[in-house]
Amino acid sequence: MFGDFTAVNAITFDVKQGEIFGFLGANGAGKTTAMKMLIGILRPTHGHALVAGFDVYKQPESIKRNIGYMSQKFALYNDLTVTENVAFFGGIYGLSKALIKTKTKMLLDELGLENVANTLVGSLPLGWKQKLAFSVALLHEPKIVFLDEPTGGVDPITRRQFWEMIYKSANQGTTIFVTTHYMDEAEYCDRISIMVNGKIEALDTPEMLKRQFNVATINEVFLKLARG
Amino acid sequence: MGITLDNISKSYNGIKALENISFEVNDGELFGLIGPDGAGKTTVFRILTTLLIADEGNANVAGLDVVADYKTIRQSVGYMPGKFSLYQDLTVEENLKFFATIFGTTIAENYDLIKEIYVQIEPFKTRRAGKLSGGMKQKLALCCALIHKPKILFLDEPTTGVDPVSRKEFWEMLKRLQQKGITILVSTPYMDEAALCDRIALIQNGKILQIDTPDAIVKQYPKTIFCVNANNKYQLIEALKTYGHQHSVYPFGEFVHYTDQRNIFDVEDLKAFLKSQNLSKITIEQVQPTIEDTFMELAR
Repeated sequence: MFGDFTAVNAITFDVKQGEIFGFLGANGAGKTTAMKMLIGILRPTHGHALVAGFDVYKQPESIKRNIGYMSQKFALYNDLTVTENVAFFGGIYGLSKALIKTKTKMLLDELGLENVANTLVGSLPLGWKQKLAFSVALLHEPKIVFLDEPTGGVDPITRRQFWEMIYKSANQGTTIFVTTHYMDEAEYCDRISIMVNGKIEALDTPEMLKRQFNVATINEVFLKLARG
Repeated sequence: MGITLDNISKSYNGIKALENISFEVNDGELFGLIGPDGAGKTTVFRILTTLLIADEGNANVAGLDVVADYKTIRQSVGYMPGKFSLYQDLTVEENLKFFATIFGTTIAENYDLIKEIYVQIEPFKTRRAGKLSGGMKQKLALCCALIHKPKILFLDEPTTGVDPVSRKEFWEMLKRLQQKGITILVSTPYMDEAALCDRIALIQNGKILQIDTPDAIVKQYPKTIFCVNANNKYQLIEALKTYGHQHSVYPFGEFVHYTDQRNIFDVEDLKAFLKSQNLSKITIEQVQPTIEDTFMELAR
């Protein structure tokens, strides 16, 4: 099924189309490895996984074309301007020049970045960069977008604007797979999983997990689980 | 003693990174510099650790001037920069020994101070620093910053990118260092960590928004916050933004924090409005503000 994926290994889970799925875990729990397998840049040793309907073993290139990806560490080229970055990533995903032009205009307008269209991305505040990076990751209208700690260090107001972009995108049917260390953001997800030592120790809606562990916040669930 | 900043300003290429920053950190205090990326926190640290000279203003660290007495300051402070800055090609033990040696001391002499942290990374003491996990790097960096028994410890975003459990452990460690008489200036973008400091300065765009104890800062929040929930969060946020009387609408964990422009308003009226927007399972309750609410209100 498009927009859905199934990952089965030491870890097993399904993410539904249009769902915001929070992928939580302590540092070193295996989140990055799992994410690398899902985006087609690392082959799992055992098991079976489908992303956007494509097999991670046989069709990693199809996966790459059908997903969007941004991370805290790398998302855009600092030495290119805002417009150049959009054109570059649009080009990589095979968008026509005309479409890139239309999309650039839409994107600048939506983010209110018209005034910095020709500014180097490296000189923008982190929050602007991250919102731009998210929009760029959505340029080719992927079925799924993977966000690896997209809001780390971002100010609290911009962090919320970023999540409103996530909500909007999910509302339009894009599947969102997101990692974060902000436990309040975990509560924004439809469902979350908590990974401990390479295994998924909890998977449910934030509400159900809080009920299950009899606590008031996901932070407390995390603290109970993450050290085993 | 402690730290004093008096009208410190600093620009980079004409852009003001810090504008007339003044605050004091008392001897033995655990003081937090709370603000997002780009607020100017690192510039404050670099000025106080004598690595950068301010354009204007004066600053004292442990009673010493950051410009005139820079050499003495460097002997008596510990600094953990935001970016991992140890030698990646040296092992855990070699890094620690290196820092002890350049400060004219030995690991054995101050082992008591770092023991509790060091035992956690000791099993990996022959591993190269570059090969450590994020959490272990952070612990090694803290050991290296402490090995000469500094009077004042500067920690620039020690917990950024660190998971909540490790963050909690790190703060427990800081509290114990404070009890040993070390003055600590720590920065963080995590607002929940602010509550763990004796006093905090909220900083954004190179300016101090407020300085006080966490409790006092929260008490000064000017509005009444209502915690709102409904069946669909995205629609709820959109609806609240079109209500017409809203002052602020911010998603906050499971709920949305809402403030109204009016001093007195009828919760039932808002409830009816949300119902008219096809929302169900609506709950509206008054809640106490947090540091994050205050920060957002001040930063607006």
